[in-house]
Amino acid sequence: MEIGLAHYLTVSAILLTLGIFGIFLNRKNVIVILMSIELILLAVNINLVAFSAFLGNLVGQVFALFILTVAAGEAAIGLAILVVYFRNRGTIAVEDIHLMKG
Amino acid sequence: MIISTIAFYLFAALTIASAFMVISAKNPVHSVLYLILAFFNSAALFVLLGAEFLAMILIVVYVGAVAVLFLFVVMMLDINFAELRQGFLQYLPIGGLVGIILLIELILVVSGWVLTPDAIKIGMETAPLVSNLTNTEQLGQVIYTQYAYLFQIAGMILLVAMIGAIVLTNRKRPGVRKQNIARQVYRRPEESMAVRKVEPGQGV
Repeated sequence: MEIGLAHYLTVSAILLTLGIFGIFLNRKNVIVILMSIELILLAVNINLVAFSAFLGNLVGQVFALFILTVAAGEAAIGLAILVVYFRNRGTIAVEDIHLMKG
Repeated sequence: MIISTIAFYLFAALTIASAFMVISAKNPVHSVLYLILAFFNSAALFVLLGAEFLAMILIVVYVGAVAVLFLFVVMMLDINFAELRQGFLQYLPIGGLVGIILLIELILVVSGWVLTPDAIKIGMETAPLVSNLTNTEQLGQVIYTQYAYLFQIAGMILLVAMIGAIVLTNRKRPGVRKQNIARQVYRRPEESMAVRKVEPGQGV
């Protein structure tokens, strides 16, 4: 059977759903939430590259590259904030982060 | 053709299985290792799609930098992960409901769409895939010409992220003795040595 665009889109849809599901499932653990965000961005990248390959257009791959950049920066900043928070409070439980009463 | 079909299903299944293990593993270290597996398998999917450069970048950036950063943070912080996992099942029904609804919606979208006949023509006008060049050469020709400004902005984002991470995690600790090379160099024998006359049978 020929592998078409729909196959890749289904894979990326399942990955995106797993990422969002992971955020709900591990509501207390910030590290796993960050990993779920990485999964969501990976799903977006697969989507862009699949469209790029099947439409014969290179722009999708260029934008996948930029999304990769943003994901790397986001992971670095997120983990730095996490380290600082742990140093100050001694915990990373999401439910304890309510200093701003939000 | 049959081999690429088998390869697609293998890599897709492994990607999804390891993504599932990322969110359901008990130990966050295992989660990070499964995340690395998911990235490797999606890099293989990228190779199947003909995007070799992005596949290699995915491995270098994600596995080499991001996943190692995650691993470092997970292992450095002394966290009671068993405590964080309490209430895991409490969120399962609502999370599962949202996930299933989202998945059904996305699959309806994937199965129901049609491509505009103009789509391929528009792609040909902006940045077509040319078959006589490698993927890396094609990307280079586009990134450094049409998308030069975006490329610069991406570099700026990385710079800001780097400086931000350093500023956030850097701290001044009181009472830390550091080597002061200038003081070492300016030290003189007279300041640090003294000759004393010691009488026999007495201490200094």
